[in-house]
Amino acid sequence: MDEPPPDNHDHDHAHADNHLSEMDLRVRALESLLVEKGYVDPGAIDAIVETYETKVGPRNGAAVVAKAWSDPAFRDWLLRDATAAIASLGFTGRQGEHMVAVENSADEHNLVVCTLCSCYPWSVLGLPPTWYKSPPYRSRAVIDPRGVLAEFGVTLPAATRIRVWDSTAELRYLVVPRRPEGSEGMSEEALAALVTRDSMIGVGLARQPSEATS
Amino acid sequence: MNGAQDLGGMMGFGAIATEPEDHRFHAEWEKRAMGLTIAMGATGSWSIDASRHARESLDPADYLSSSYYEIWIKGLERLSVAQGLVTQEEVDHGRVATAPAPIKRVLRRDDVAAVLARGSPCDRPATAAAVFKPGDQVRTRNINPMGHTRLPRYARAKKGVIDRVHGAFVFPDANAHGGGEQPQWVYTVRFSARQLWGEAAEAGHSVSIDAWESYLERA
Repeated sequence: MDEPPPDNHDHDHAHADNHLSEMDLRVRALESLLVEKGYVDPGAIDAIVETYETKVGPRNGAAVVAKAWSDPAFRDWLLRDATAAIASLGFTGRQGEHMVAVENSADEHNLVVCTLCSCYPWSVLGLPPTWYKSPPYRSRAVIDPRGVLAEFGVTLPAATRIRVWDSTAELRYLVVPRRPEGSEGMSEEALAALVTRDSMIGVGLARQPSEATS
Repeated sequence: MNGAQDLGGMMGFGAIATEPEDHRFHAEWEKRAMGLTIAMGATGSWSIDASRHARESLDPADYLSSSYYEIWIKGLERLSVAQGLVTQEEVDHGRVATAPAPIKRVLRRDDVAAVLARGSPCDRPATAAAVFKPGDQVRTRNINPMGHTRLPRYARAKKGVIDRVHGAFVFPDANAHGGGEQPQWVYTVRFSARQLWGEAAEAGHSVSIDAWESYLERA
C-alpha cells in the first residue's frame, strides 16, 4: 500500500488558500452572471455590504440594553413588546421584524441559538459571528449550555438555571444581560460601552465598569 | 427534512472558534456573497423558506464541510437554476448563454437603505382562534417530512408547555414548496432539558423552540 504523505501541514495550508481563491472565483463568476442578466445592481451589493460593515451592528443592541437598564418604563416596554420598543430607538428592518427581549436574572440565564440555520437579530446585533453559524455552537448550545458558556469563559453559579431559546421561527431574540454592580449613576452612553455582543446572545456577561474605562 | 442543517444535540464538532466583535468578514468574497444573496432575495424570485430549504438540501458532507457563506452561495446557485434565471451551464462557465428571465424587481442601490430598514415581516392576519394558551401542556408531533420543516429532530414527540403565543405567521413547511403562505399560530414551547436529553441533564435547565400550531397536539 502507498504510504500517506509524511507531513501534511503545508499541504493543508496550501489547500485552504486554494479553497479561498476557489470561492473568490466562484462568487465573482456568479455575481457577474447575475449582473449581466440584469437581475442585480452591483451598486446595491456595495450598499448592503456598507450597511452591515459600518451602520448596523451590535452597538444598536447595546443602546437598547443601556436604555433598559436606565429607564424602567422602557425596560417594561422592551420585555412586553420588543419590536415596538426597539423601533422607537430607530432600529428596525431585516431580521429584526419580530423581536423578543429576554432578561437575565440571578436565577435564570438566557442563551440564544439557531440550531437549524443562522437566525439572528440583525437589526440590533448586525451580522452573526461565524461561530454562531457553525456546527460546534449550533449542536451543543441546546444540550450542553453550561459547557458552551465555559468555552466563552463564563461560569455561572450552580443554582442559576439556563434557558436556551432555539430560534426556529421568525422571532429574533435579544438577551438583556444583568447590569453590573458599580454601574450606578453611569450615563446611558457609558453603560452601552459595558454591553458586549456576546452578552446580548447570552454567551457573555456585561463588562465591569472597571474593564470599560481602558 | 432530516438534513445536515438539523444540528441540535449532535456531538463531535470540536471547540467553538470565538472571534472579536468588530470582526465582520474573513475575506472579500464573503462580503460579495452576503450582498449578492440579499440582492437576489430582493428580486422576489423565491421565499426565505425556499432559500433555507435550498441550503439544507445540500449533500450532508458538503453542508458540514462548507463555511456559512459557502452554503449561501451554493444555495443561491441552486435556486437561480431551479427558478430558470440561469442555466447550470451558465453557472459552470460563468458566461451568459441564454436570454434573461423576467423577474419581479431589481434592487437598486438607492433603494437598499429603505428595503433593509423595512425588512420582510412574516406575521399575517389569523384566520382562526389560537388553539393553545400559555400554560397548556402540549406534545410535539413526530414528523419526518421529506421537505422543509422548522421542527428540529431533538424536539419531536416531546412534552412541553406553551410559554408564549406570538400570532399567526407564514407556514414555512408549505411556503418553501410553493404551497402558499397558509399562516398558522406560532407558540414558544418550553421543554425541560431532562424531557429532551434524559436524566443526565441539569434539572433546572430548559430549552424552547418556536413552533407552528400544526407541530403540536394537546398532551
